[in-house]
Formats: sequence, C-alpha cells, structure tokens
Amino acid sequence: MLIRVRVNGQWREADCWPGVSLLGYLRDGLQLRGTKNACEQGECGSCSVWLNGQVVCACLVLAAQADGGEVRTIEALGDEGSPGLVQRAFVEAGAVQCGFCTPGLIVAVTDLLHHDPDPSDETVREALAGNLCRCTGYQKIIDGVHLAASRARQGTT
Amino acid sequence: MSVISTVPATERVAGGVGDSVPRIDGIPKAVGTFAYASDLWADGMLYGATTRSPHASARVVSVDTGPALALPGVHAVLTAADVPGKPTFGLEFADEPALAFDRVRYAGEPVAVVAADDPELARRAAGLVVVDYELLPPLLDMTEALSPGAPKVHQFGNVLRHVHICHGDPDAGAEVWVEGYYETAMQDNAPLGPEGGLAVPAPDGGVDLQVNTQWLHVDRQQIAACLRLPEEQVRITLAGMGGAFGAREDIHLQIHACLLALATGRPVKLEYGREESFRGHRHRHPSRLWLRHGATRDGRLVSVHARLLLDGGAYSSSSPAVLGNASTLAAGPYEVPNALIDGTVVYTNNPPCGAMRGFGAPQVCFGHEAQLDKLAAALQIDPLELRRRNALRTGSVLPTGQVIRGSAPMSEMIDVLAAMPVPAAEPAAGRDPMRYPGGAGNVSRGECLRRGIGYGIGFKNVAYSEGFDDSAQASVRLSQGPDGPVAQIQTAAVECGQGLLTVLTQIARTELGLREVTFRSHDTTIGSAGSTSASRQTMMAGGAVQQACRAVIAELSRRAGRPIDPRQDDLADLLGQPVERTEVYHHRRTTGFDADGQGDIHVSFVFGAERAIVEVDTELGLVRVVQIDAVQDVGLAINPAAVAGQIEGGTAMGLGLAVMEEIRLTGGRIANASFTDYLIPTILDVPPISSELVEDPEPGVPYGVKGIGESATIVATAAVVAAIRDATGMELNRAPVRPDDIVGLRAAATAAQWPPNPDPPWQVPVPEVAGLGMGQQQLMTGTS
Repeated sequence: MLIRVRVNGQWREADCWPGVSLLGYLRDGLQLRGTKNACEQGECGSCSVWLNGQVVCACLVLAAQADGGEVRTIEALGDEGSPGLVQRAFVEAGAVQCGFCTPGLIVAVTDLLHHDPDPSDETVREALAGNLCRCTGYQKIIDGVHLAASRARQGTT
Repeated sequence: MSVISTVPATERVAGGVGDSVPRIDGIPKAVGTFAYASDLWADGMLYGATTRSPHASARVVSVDTGPALALPGVHAVLTAADVPGKPTFGLEFADEPALAFDRVRYAGEPVAVVAADDPELARRAAGLVVVDYELLPPLLDMTEALSPGAPKVHQFGNVLRHVHICHGDPDAGAEVWVEGYYETAMQDNAPLGPEGGLAVPAPDGGVDLQVNTQWLHVDRQQIAACLRLPEEQVRITLAGMGGAFGAREDIHLQIHACLLALATGRPVKLEYGREESFRGHRHRHPSRLWLRHGATRDGRLVSVHARLLLDGGAYSSSSPAVLGNASTLAAGPYEVPNALIDGTVVYTNNPPCGAMRGFGAPQVCFGHEAQLDKLAAALQIDPLELRRRNALRTGSVLPTGQVIRGSAPMSEMIDVLAAMPVPAAEPAAGRDPMRYPGGAGNVSRGECLRRGIGYGIGFKNVAYSEGFDDSAQASVRLSQGPDGPVAQIQTAAVECGQGLLTVLTQIARTELGLREVTFRSHDTTIGSAGSTSASRQTMMAGGAVQQACRAVIAELSRRAGRPIDPRQDDLADLLGQPVERTEVYHHRRTTGFDADGQGDIHVSFVFGAERAIVEVDTELGLVRVVQIDAVQDVGLAINPAAVAGQIEGGTAMGLGLAVMEEIRLTGGRIANASFTDYLIPTILDVPPISSELVEDPEPGVPYGVKGIGESATIVATAAVVAAIRDATGMELNRAPVRPDDIVGLRAAATAAQWPPNPDPPWQVPVPEVAGLGMGQQQLMTGTS
C-alpha cells in the first residue's frame, strides 16, 4: 500500500507491505536509517521519533497509522556539517560510545528540554528511562543533557 | 574524576596522548549518518533468514526445502549439503557445523538459510523448511555432564578442557579456613546493534563481505574453509559496530550470508532482530565454584583450594581460553603461597558460551571476593585491610608460578578507594519515590530499608595468553596536505564503540606532531590486528601505530640526512613523495601450562577496585544501588574521559549480573530472548559512578598502557552483591541476586560435594586431541 507522510517538513511516500512499522517505513521505504532498530518491541527507545508532535517508538506504530501525519526524525536535528545543540553536547560530554542508542536518546532529550529547559538529575533519569544504552552506564548521558540544557538557556550553541 | 599519576609531564601535543578529546566518530553517530551493520544496503540485494532448531538435542533425519522454495520470490534455500568446503567452523576448534548435519546440539542451532526478495518473505520461507527431528535426551546440567552415564554431546565426550594448577604445598595447614560455594548465571552481551552482514558475490568467484565482527582475519579463515575458497577471495570489510562485548568474536551469520550470495549470484543481506541475536551469538559462561581459603590468624593467606565448573554449551567457541583465564585468576589478586585449582569446562546441550567482557574473570571474582569477606568476618579484620595485607605487588608469585614483572599498584589503589568519600545515608522517610528501591514502580515509602557497603577487587590479563602471538599490524602514510602534513592510518583493528580509533588518532598526533589523522577502511587488505578482545587493542594496535609512525620518521630522517623531530621541523620539503610504513607489534611471548599448571601464562595484568553502596528493601527484596566508587589501574590514560566511560559502562554491565541479568533456559531453550524479559540496566538502575585512575606505567609497553575495557565489569558484580550481603546479613551466593533470595523464598544455592576431576589429558583442550584444531590456534601460530 502507498503510505504518505510529511517527514521532516517534506511530503514523502513509499509503497509498503501493509504490516510494516513506521520504523521499517522510515528505514527501508524512505532510506532514513538514522532511526535505529535495536529491539523492535518498544523496550529500548533507539527508534524514537516524533509522530504528530509526540515522541513514539517507531517500531510500535504501524506506518499506516502515520499516513497523512507529520513525523520528525533524528535527521531533522542536524547534520555532520551543522550538528544540533544536543548532538554536539552528547559528543563533547562523552555520551556517545557505540552510538546505536544515540539518535533515539537525542530525540528524547530534545523533547525533554523542550518541556523542561533545566531538568534535575531525577527528571532526566525518569525522562530517559525508556532508552537503553549498553555502553556508557548513562553517567555521561546525564552530563550531556545538562551541558545541552545550560547552553540552550544561555542562548549559546 | 582525577588521575593519580606517577608519569612525569611529558611533551604534550594538542589532541594527543593524555588529552580527553571527543571521539572522532561522535558527530556522525549523533546525527544518524554513521552506517551500522544493520544499515547495509546494495541495489538488487536479497534478504536472508535462518531456520533454527527448536530442540536442544535431536537427530536431523531429513530436511525438506521444497515448500520454502515453492514460494514465489524465494531464490535459495540452503542446508548442510550446500556447504562446499569444511562442514564445521570454530574460533579455536572446528566443532560447530556451518549448518547442522546429522544432529542438532542446542536450541537455536541453524539448520537452513533462505534468501528471498524481501525480509518478511524470507522469514516466512525459513518457517516453511520442514525438518524431521528425532529427539534425543538432552544434557542440560554442567555437573551432570561429568557423570559417566550422561548423554554425550560430542563423540569424544563432554569434557571440553580441564586445567589443573598445583602450586607450593596444597596440603599446607592454616589456622583459619573458610569455605564457600558460588554460582553465576548465563549473561548476555546484549550489544544494542544487532548482528548484520552484506555479502556480495565477486567476478573472480570470491565474495566481498561487510559485517560487524571483532576480528576480520579469524572470520576470513573460518569462512574461506567452509566456502572452499582461498582466503584472498574472501574479502571482509568492517561494518559499523553497535557494541560487541565479546558477542562478535565468534562467527554468527558470516558463512550463511556468503553461501547465499554465492548460491544466488546476488548481494544478500542477513540481519538478526533482537530475539535472533540472543539465539545467534555466544554468552557469558554460567559457573559453579567451590572455594576453600586458609589463612593465618593475622590475616595472611596460606592456601586456596578451588574447583571451577563452567558450562560451555554445545560448541567450543573460546571456552578453552575462558577456562584458562578463570583458573589462573581464581585465587584473585592476592599473594597465596599454596594453591590447588582445578577448572573444567564441559559441553552441554545449552546454548554455546564464549567471550563476554571479563572472559572468565567475573565469575571467579564473584567467588574470591565473597571468600575474602568471609575470611575478614572470621578473623574480625576490616575487609579492605585484609585485602591490603595480601595484595599482589610487583615481584609477587601467582599460583601458576608466574612472577609479576610489570606494574601492580594494588595497595595504592586500595588506599585511594578507602579515601573516597562515602555519601551520608539519606533519611528513610519523605523521599522522592524514585529514590527508593523499586523507584519507578512506586512500591515503597522506605519502611524496610537497610544500607550496605561492599567491595570488589579483581585483576585480569591483558591480551592473549598461553603462548599465543596475537600480533597487530598497522600502516601509517604521511603526506603533505593543503594545511600541513596529514597522517593516514590503516588497520584491521576493530572499533566496537569503546574509542579505539580516537586512541590511535591521539597516538599518531603525539608521535608525528600533527593534527590531521584519517583512516582507510578497516578490511582484510592489510594484515591481522588480532581481535578487539582481552583489553588488548590499546596496547597492540596502539603499539603498531606507534611503531609505524616511528618508521615514517626514520624515513624522513634518512631523506633529510639528519634526525628529524616532527614536532619541531617543517616536514613539507621532505614530503614531496608521501611516506608509508607498515609495522607489526608483538607483545612479549608467554608460555603454556606444564603438567602442574605452572608457566609464564599471561602478558601483563590490569587491576580494578570498586566500592558499592546499596539500599535494600528487605520486605520486597528490591535493591537500589546508591553509588559506586571505582579505582582503575590504567598504566597510562591515553584519553582519561574515555577511560571513565569504560569504567562507567563496564560497571553497569557488572551491576546487571549482580541484580538482574540472567538468561533463563527452559529445556535448554532461551526463555527470555527479548529486552522485555531479559533486563539490562536502565538509567534508573545505574547510580552515579565516581572514578579515580592510578597511572603506574607497564614497563616495556608503548606509553606503559594497560587495557581497561573489562576491569570494571569484573569487579562490579562482586562489589554490588557484597553490599547486598552487608545490608541483609544473608549468604547470597548466587549472581544475580533475585528478590526471592532476599525475602527468603529461595534458599542459598547448595552443592553437596566438590565434583570429581575428569580424566582427560590435563591442560590440553580435548577437541585438539580429537584433531579439530583451527581458528585462532592456527592463525597465531602461523600454521594457517
């Protein structure tokens, strides 16, 4: 079936198997592979994207449910030439090791900072409880969130 | 974090050795452009899928591929009959079928592979392969494997290797004895990035494979033998690694992807989902340990008796080496003049176990640290003081007779750990619910809280042992770029995510006094760098890059007719032609075991020490780890922030084994092959971790480095469980500790008696006697 979604501000479409998840649609249908596939059952948060303004696990949403909707992915937040604020803060804080969880975490952190520009450690932990990381032990992820938050508050980038 | 350094401040280069520079691949990973194995893509590619045995032990009577092949869009269905070369492979011994023939030995064993137009079709086709199994009684218990009447997993029996170490007088008397029995569970490496590979048939009849692996060259050796191709026709390029932790040391889908590509003449992508990843890679060996420690009343260890049993599962993988580590490290980082250590790894019909971060050390650390605490209690000596009195130091003799010739700053580490501040206990009432055990579950108001403090100290060998020459090759090419000299490194050493490429960049900057360092692709066009395993690549690949840089400078000096200092001299005039040098780094040679388990077995040692503070809700059996303080022996920190990252991540993995991570088997089949049922620590489970680095350079090694990838994982499990024991006063001799253990619903593990020693040829792995040697054995001894 033909599925049409506004992805990162542009209408895109791809012909898909009706059972395909939004994750499969993005990765295989639209070749947007920044969104990662680590568990495919909503446990790890690696596939976090915004669907109509809400952060969702793209693996748990049928692509058909997103038809006609608005999706934002990691690709909307920056690129290699001009990485976004959270993306740079993560790299500088050492919050990236293998990096497989990183795009999902950056989506979750961007969403958190949009709602709470100065989160406490407890708030950060609660907000990121759905994002698994196997490499970092999370300490530098929390550092990265605070680094991004302070830069955003100061208006520096 | 601070670095307690004995290294004099040397000449620093910006972004070079000693700087906490951000990782060089960080931005592509953060913006989503870094290509992982699961992101591989080729026009016109087919998708693979695997048919696996649901049974732990069965005879394969027949395999009917007809119904699968009949599906439109299915291009190939391959079985063992389609493997053109050697029917088996293996990292150390070729005892594992590329595709099962005659019988299956574990639930999850591959029987057939399929290539189809799309992934869903491939999965359906794999389900349509009809396999007629005749069920056999499975062997599912490692102790039972030693009994004479047990089913035989392989024709040559169930003992995979036995290591016997006898040192001093094993009958020596002691004033105080403590005895204990301990068990650790099967742990999954659980790297976030699943296994993936893309095989492309080549015009010369060979195959080009991109895959996530920890050692390209040992993969190539195993793949080529199964494909009946010369090794040079199997070209492997590293695909982006979403973590490894040992899970990519063994072949997973490499042979299958290549078989399908060669059979169809099309590119084939094979990719595991999470469930298949659990079934398709190796795990940490479950262990049973019987330990007896004797000491004088003033707290000097006199003797250690140990009997170790590891469940290797159905195939050998790296079990012989894991057992070698567990046995040689079983007495812990302590001086003990007398020791009798017997370790056995057995075959069972459980899923195969192999490499996982720590490689035999976490299991024995869990045991020896519990024993030291028991001894401290019996002697009424402070647990850290007891460890300090017996700490290994340079010149100490290990139970193998090996003399520690390098650095061993354990006493200093204990002092540093003791001086790290302990946080004040929080009031039990009135906290944010997230700060109680069970946190997000909102189950407690602090009614039954008890706090405990525990220690874990351990050590681990760096690099491969027992005589292996796991050398590393690298080339460095220096040329003049528009903004000055540019170094380009080529190495087959694998970046798993730990930061190796950043470390190599820093080494090249320091050696060559420049800023810009790039990499050529990591593939088999250059010689082996050995595995990214055993905490070895900073020393090994780092050593090769350092050597190659120095060879480049030697060539520049020859061109100039005088010694060149690249930090001072302008190189532009000398770089009319680029300079390229390839070098191989070897660590010092070691030996195997003699009949008494004596030998110069390991290259060098790295030490780790941690203190865990926990709160336990004794009514609910829930644990909150409050804080972990770590002291790391590092030799010299090339990148202190990256070292801290290894400590923090490694600690989280050890914490996982302490309180939650356990592969549960039902009839030999993994019952919790998902992140819903197999829990790894979340950001709510891992506490703040503070770390101190002790720099005491290893002599004779580039920059004096030690590898630190495994150390924290080894000691964290012991420290966290010790803290739970301290809080509850319970024995808790099993990792992970379950809530049932704490609330008294499950008694401590017991074992009636020490199991008998088997009677295979001691020290030598049995498959070697059976003539199955291959894999890294041949690669490292040059007989390939």
